[in-house]
Amino acid sequence: MIEVLWHGRGGQGAFTAARILGAAYSFKGEGFFALAFPSFGPERRGAPIRAFTKLSNKPLHSRSEIKKSDYIIYLDDTLFSQDSLNTLKENGKIILNTTATYEDTRIITFDATKIASEILGLRVTNTVMLGALSAFFDQVSVKDIEFAIEKAMPQKLWKGNKAVITAAYNALAKGAAA
Amino acid sequence: MSREFLSGNEAFAYGIRLAAPQVISAYPITPQTIVVERLSEMVEDKSLKSEFIHVESEHSALSCAIGASATGVRTFTATSSQGLLYMAECLVYASGGRYPIVMMNANRSTALPWNIYGDQRDSLSLLDCGWIQAYAKDAQESLDLAILSYYIAEHPKVSTPFMVNLDGFHLTHTYEMVEVPESELVKNFLSDYNTDNKIDFENPKNIAFSAGPEHNFAFKYKEHIGILNAKEIISEAEQKFAPLFGREYSGLVEAYRCDDAEYILITLGSIFGLCSDVADELRNEGVKTGVLRLRYMRPFPNKEIADIARNAKAVAVLEKDISFGNEGSVYTNVNSALQKAGLSVPSLNFIGGLGGRDISEEDIREIFNKLSQGKTAVHFIGIEEGAII
Repeated sequence: MIEVLWHGRGGQGAFTAARILGAAYSFKGEGFFALAFPSFGPERRGAPIRAFTKLSNKPLHSRSEIKKSDYIIYLDDTLFSQDSLNTLKENGKIILNTTATYEDTRIITFDATKIASEILGLRVTNTVMLGALSAFFDQVSVKDIEFAIEKAMPQKLWKGNKAVITAAYNALAKGAAA
Repeated sequence: MSREFLSGNEAFAYGIRLAAPQVISAYPITPQTIVVERLSEMVEDKSLKSEFIHVESEHSALSCAIGASATGVRTFTATSSQGLLYMAECLVYASGGRYPIVMMNANRSTALPWNIYGDQRDSLSLLDCGWIQAYAKDAQESLDLAILSYYIAEHPKVSTPFMVNLDGFHLTHTYEMVEVPESELVKNFLSDYNTDNKIDFENPKNIAFSAGPEHNFAFKYKEHIGILNAKEIISEAEQKFAPLFGREYSGLVEAYRCDDAEYILITLGSIFGLCSDVADELRNEGVKTGVLRLRYMRPFPNKEIADIARNAKAVAVLEKDISFGNEGSVYTNVNSALQKAGLSVPSLNFIGGLGGRDISEEDIREIFNKLSQGKTAVHFIGIEEGAII
C-alpha cells in the first residue's frame, strides 16, 4: 500500500489534491483501489489541515488515519517540521513547497507557489504539488491526473490545472530520474 | 453503469437521485451536510425532479416528510446526531402512521461535551422508535441501500420508515470508487410508490387518528409485525437486486470467515473492514477468527447471530455506543439472541470510538486477545482494563 499524507491550510485545496490523486489511481482500471479523506472535524479557513490518500492493488478496508507515509506533501512550508521525517517509511520522501533548501536528500524542495503564480495567477499550489508527486511516484502519470481532473473538477478549472501539473512534472522529473 | 470516485454522502445522494423521491425535506448538519447539498444541486440542475423543501429544523424536516408521505408520494430526509434526537418525537409519528420514509443518518456523537465526530449513540439510542435501521460499511453499500431501502420500506407487507446509517466522516467523508447504476435499471427494480395509506380526495378517510386502549394495542402489534416482515422483504429485494446490478448482499448480517471460527467479533458499520483485515492476520498466525457484521439492527438478526455463534468459543461485540448504567445496546441485543437460542457462549462487550476516538488495528488485536480468554465482561477500549458489569 502507498500512503500519501497532505499538509495544508484550510482553503489551499490539500484535500482536493488528495481526492484527485485517489481518483487518478483508481480510474486506471480494475485492480487499482484508493481511499481519500480529510482530517475529520470542523472546516476553518487558514487552519492547519491534513488529508490522506491510500493506494493499493488490493481492496482497502482500513479507514484509519495514516501513521507512516510513503510521501508527505506540504503545500505550505510554515507547517513543515523536520520531525515529520520520523513518520516516513523507508525510501519515503517529503515534497515541500518552499524557497528554502535542506541537506537531507529525503526532503525535496520546490517553489510551487512560483509556478502557480505564473500559470494560474493565483498562489494555489494543490495541483502543482500533485504534478510534483507524479515526478517521483511512477504509478500515477500526468495523463492519469489529467483524466482525474476532468472527472473531479469543474470544466473551467481544467486548463490551468493541467498546465501546472505538466510544468511541475517537467521541473522535477529530470532531478527525480537522476 | 458509470464508475465515480465519491464520498459516502455523495454516493448516497446518487442513490437517492436514482430512487427519485418526489419530495425531499431536510436541514443541514455536519457530517450529513453534503448529501443535502448534492441533492439540492441535482434538483437545481434538473437531473432530479423533486420538490426540495428547505425547512427550519429537523423536527420540521421529518414532519414535512410525514405530511408528504401521507399524500402517497416517495419522500426522503437526512440528518445526524442532535438533529436526529430533535426529530425523535416525529420518528414515532412516521412509524406509527406507517409512512415508508427513507432517512439517511450520518452517525455522530451526542452532546455533551459537544462533538461533531462519529459514533453510533444517536441512532442506537432510538432503536425502539419503530424504524428499520441499516448500517452501511462502505460507499457502494450506501448507494445500494438508498435504492434497496425504498423497495423494502414501501412494500405493503412492511410499510415502515427506513433509517440508513453511515458512519460520520469515516464513511460520509471518505472518497472511494463507486459503481453508479443506470437509471433504467433502477426503474426496473423499483416500482412507483403505490399505497392506500394516503390522503385521497376521491376516497376520503381518517388517517393519523387517535386510538384508545381498546384499539391502540392492536396497532402496536401490527407495527411490530410490519417491521418483522421486513426480514423476508430484505431477502426478496436483495435476490432481485443481485442479477440486475451485479452485487450480492447477505440479508441482516454479513459473516466473514465465521464458518469454523472459534472467536467471533460482532460489530456494525465501517469499522468492519479493519476488523476483517485483523481477522485475516490472526488466521495467518493460526487463530481461528471471524467477523460478523450486523447490517441491520431492526429488524434484529436473532436467528442469524445464534446460528453463526453456535460453535464459537467466545464472541465479542464492538460498538460505538454505551447505554449508560448498563452496557452497549448492541451487546444487550446480541446476548438476548444467544440466550433465546439456549447458547451459553461467553460474550464480551467492547465500547470504542465514542466521540470519534480512533479504533486502531492494535485495539482490534487486543479485543481478539481478550476474547481468547473467554471471560464475559464489558470493556471501554483504552480506558478500563478490568471488567465492568
